[in-house]
Amino acid sequence: MSTNEQVEHVGGTTITFAKVWMVLLFLTGVEVLLAYEQVPTLIMLTILVGLSIIKAALIIAYFMHMKFERLSLFLTLFPMLIFCIVLMLIFLGDATRIPVMRPPV
Amino acid sequence: MSTVSVAASTSPWAGGQSPYATNSKKFGMWLFIISDSLTFSALLFAYTYSRVANPDWPKPFHFSPSIIFSSIMTFCLLSSSLTMVMAVHAMNHGNRKSAFKWILGTMVGGAAFVVLHLSEWMNLINNEGVTPFHNPWDVPLFGATFFALTGLHMTHVIIGLIYLGIIAQAVIRGKFKYEDVEVAGLYWHFVDLVWMFIFPLVYLMSARI
Repeated sequence: MSTNEQVEHVGGTTITFAKVWMVLLFLTGVEVLLAYEQVPTLIMLTILVGLSIIKAALIIAYFMHMKFERLSLFLTLFPMLIFCIVLMLIFLGDATRIPVMRPPV
Repeated sequence: MSTVSVAASTSPWAGGQSPYATNSKKFGMWLFIISDSLTFSALLFAYTYSRVANPDWPKPFHFSPSIIFSSIMTFCLLSSSLTMVMAVHAMNHGNRKSAFKWILGTMVGGAAFVVLHLSEWMNLINNEGVTPFHNPWDVPLFGATFFALTGLHMTHVIIGLIYLGIIAQAVIRGKFKYEDVEVAGLYWHFVDLVWMFIFPLVYLMSARI
């Protein structure tokens, strides 16, 4: 049963993977171009992290096959991970305040 | 009594069923990947925190060689991910020879990444004077976080190369099954995925314009 299911669940052809690879390369190129634009640090950070999350989602969905797995596997693994990472962001506000709070030299 | 046993055998908790429809090796690797991604996100977060909190954070990465090198390294890792997918694909169709070749291709991509990364490190250490505890710009946190983050990632790549080497020689000798290659592939894609965050956050955010 499991072997039959695996064959059925292969998902994605060679062409799909090549397309995903090209999109990933394109997004990397966009990131490199963006690095040479004069943008405030926090906005630049947001755009770069946003693009990276899109790339990560593509890798997880297609290369790591998550799109073709059962929803239960995704629900077991990812909501907790995302929640923990978002919890870390609580401290990021401090990082933006520290430079302002420094006494003038 | 017979109704009880029927009910027990159809319950998803009765055993003998796989709620995720995946084998235990793959699920184990997924659990490892989730915990390892928390490690990397903590390190990335520490780096970003220091980066945002220090207005005089150094920007040591010149377009040539650092940004060019790291872009080529990104290309190497992305392409090696594609070849790994092809290896899993070939193995799924029972073509061990083709799978072996694709895994070797993946290892070449990974090895190129390590070589480029080490030369990039040597460039930073020798030409820019960055070490884990000192640097010319008086922001010691830069070296500490940079080498910890990229060093841990490079360790993962090197472990991945050893892992793939073991898988490759087993595949060509007719050992191991499809799922073993797939699990190795999961690990390799994860290493690639982590670099997709390190490259913009560490290199592009500190590119010297």
